[in-house]
Amino acid sequence: MSWYRRTYDWLERRLQLEGPIKDAVLHPVPKSTASWWYVFGSASAVLLVLQVVTGILLALVYSPSASHAWNILQVLNHQVPLGWFLRAMHGWGSNFMVAVVVIHMAQVFLFGAYKFPRELTWIIGVFLLLLTLGMAFTGQVLRFDQDAYWGLAIGASILGRVPWIGGQLVQLMLGGPIINGATLTRFFALHVFILPGTLLVLTGLHVWMVVKLGINEWPMPGRLVRRETYIQEYNELAHKDGLPFFPGAAWKDAYFAAAILLAVAICAAIFGPYGPTGTPDPTIINTVPRPDPPFLWIYTVLSYLPPEMETPFLLIVPPIVIAVLLGLPFVAGVGEKSWWRRPVAVFTVMFLAVCWASFTHLATSTPWSPKMNAWSGSPIPTAFLEHRTPLERQGANVFQEKQCRNCHSIGGSGGERGPALDDVATRLTEDQLIRQVLLGGGNMPAYGSTLSPPETTALVRFLNTLHPNYQPAASDASRAVAEQGGGPPASTVEPGNGQHKTQ
Amino acid sequence: MDEKLPPPSPQEQEQEQEQLLERDRISRRSFLMNVGLAINAAVGVLLAVPVVAYILGPVMRRREYLTWVDLGDAAKFNPGETKLVSFRNPFTNEWDGETANIPAYVRTAAPGRYTVFAVNCAHLGCPVRWFSESQLFMCPCHGGVYYADGSRASGPPERGLFEYPTKIENGHLLIEAGQMPTLSNRAAVRPCREQSQPTLVKRIAPCPGTDEPTIG
Repeated sequence: MSWYRRTYDWLERRLQLEGPIKDAVLHPVPKSTASWWYVFGSASAVLLVLQVVTGILLALVYSPSASHAWNILQVLNHQVPLGWFLRAMHGWGSNFMVAVVVIHMAQVFLFGAYKFPRELTWIIGVFLLLLTLGMAFTGQVLRFDQDAYWGLAIGASILGRVPWIGGQLVQLMLGGPIINGATLTRFFALHVFILPGTLLVLTGLHVWMVVKLGINEWPMPGRLVRRETYIQEYNELAHKDGLPFFPGAAWKDAYFAAAILLAVAICAAIFGPYGPTGTPDPTIINTVPRPDPPFLWIYTVLSYLPPEMETPFLLIVPPIVIAVLLGLPFVAGVGEKSWWRRPVAVFTVMFLAVCWASFTHLATSTPWSPKMNAWSGSPIPTAFLEHRTPLERQGANVFQEKQCRNCHSIGGSGGERGPALDDVATRLTEDQLIRQVLLGGGNMPAYGSTLSPPETTALVRFLNTLHPNYQPAASDASRAVAEQGGGPPASTVEPGNGQHKTQ
Repeated sequence: MDEKLPPPSPQEQEQEQEQLLERDRISRRSFLMNVGLAINAAVGVLLAVPVVAYILGPVMRRREYLTWVDLGDAAKFNPGETKLVSFRNPFTNEWDGETANIPAYVRTAAPGRYTVFAVNCAHLGCPVRWFSESQLFMCPCHGGVYYADGSRASGPPERGLFEYPTKIENGHLLIEAGQMPTLSNRAAVRPCREQSQPTLVKRIAPCPGTDEPTIG
């Protein structure tokens, strides 16, 4: 008997782990589950392990001190050998983990895997998703930079909208009345102990139930789940048309796990670590805070909500969403599993995916935010200034100086909060322009108190030149009638005259 | 493998254990065990009190974190201007670092009339920027815009900028600060001002700190 065999036997006689492990690894699963669609759950677990390992390695250097954390990240990025790479692995690992967990959830939903007897597996999975998102947010806070600081301010402002106990919740979250050192230590404890501890325990339960209840079989249209017969049917599938989980189905998990780890490493190596952006100094107000990728869609939603909807939406919708997710297996615990027979489920997933993608895409260009430096950084293209009267050019000056460009683009550059003004003269008459500028409206501030009458005149004259050559500026038909002494005009549309408006 | 899946088939072993438990249920040992559990529960509750109080510490503190902060000589704020200032949060620790430096906007509408705005957008707390040319505060996050007097101009905020209570002492401008303004604390209360937002409802209650009633 070789020495390692003897060592193994010595250990096994005392540990007695061989039996349970063999049971778990070799248990028969339906042949149909050996599919590439079933790799996302194990990939989530692998990414969790990656996050734990890289997190512990970062903790060797990191210190949750509000006055030092930012500098320590600089040291990690620039002085500790390969510290940048570990930070990048942890950051990209986080993105990948959120993505893979969500894909896993969508797959489980579409395959009806949340139905009897796997209801509790799904419910724990919902909490695992929430914990994963919680880890992503608290992790962003530990990268104690400007985005982290203002992210905390946004979090506190959301909590502050809770009626009656909002103030207390804000203080509980921040560890005091303002964002400071106590806030960082709080989020450190959350990110390093509380959330990952819960995450690991629940992941253990989740996997335990997958082993005990069996991997969900490939859904077939017409094969309905019934509480009375399902377990017997599943066992028949697993035994008569099954194969041992290892290696029959596990080799695909192994391939995918390696691929996803490699993808994280490649992203980390190419794109590098996240930030840190500027120091967490609130007096630096020239900052444009941005959330991390998993939360970009929320950023868009919060920008587009009407003001009066904001508080109800923030406080009511998340509990409803969580309640729907938790209640799903109880409402639809039996019946059809196949996506071919569940059009509502398929369209829900497609709808959410399209919403998520559009919101996230919008958040990368933030058309709702004023471009803070457009007024000083993007000059008006010369094409808009040629053949103009001095008054109109003065108006262009006013246009630039009064920061109109921060919200309105001309010639493709400038803010997108308001409409582009390249052809505004075709939409509004001179009188309407004056009214819009002075009184605002339609989400535009009123400039009546900041513009002198000469400035207003110049600005409106300039805006009135903004129409294409082939289309005249809009004009008020009744004005022409009045000017001609009450007779009907020959035509209500004035001919285009270059870019000049006929006066 | 069948027996490992629910519902678990009743096993003889389990039945045996249950029989043993049943016999023990009325014994001296089981009584002692129950007393032991009760003692642990009592100790657990006792220990939970300081733990919960510790966790809720930041909430249970009284308003001692609010105090008057000196922003310097009031004469340095020119009438008609809005100026960005910063102050050190009144109660801070050394390890708070830069986070304890809090910015604010001082608006001098007329000589001697000061309004101090928090930089935090009333929408979700991002730092608003002042543009003196257009006399607007603009928020970089979700596009909230405010007029020079702090009232809402456009975008997602449902109210104007938060204001700090102010007073003048020995020619110095003081504000009552120490708390991040949110919709749920006293920053949300609009202080009495001559130029409050136009409203048709008349409030004939005296303004705290002054003798004049506020109308408008």
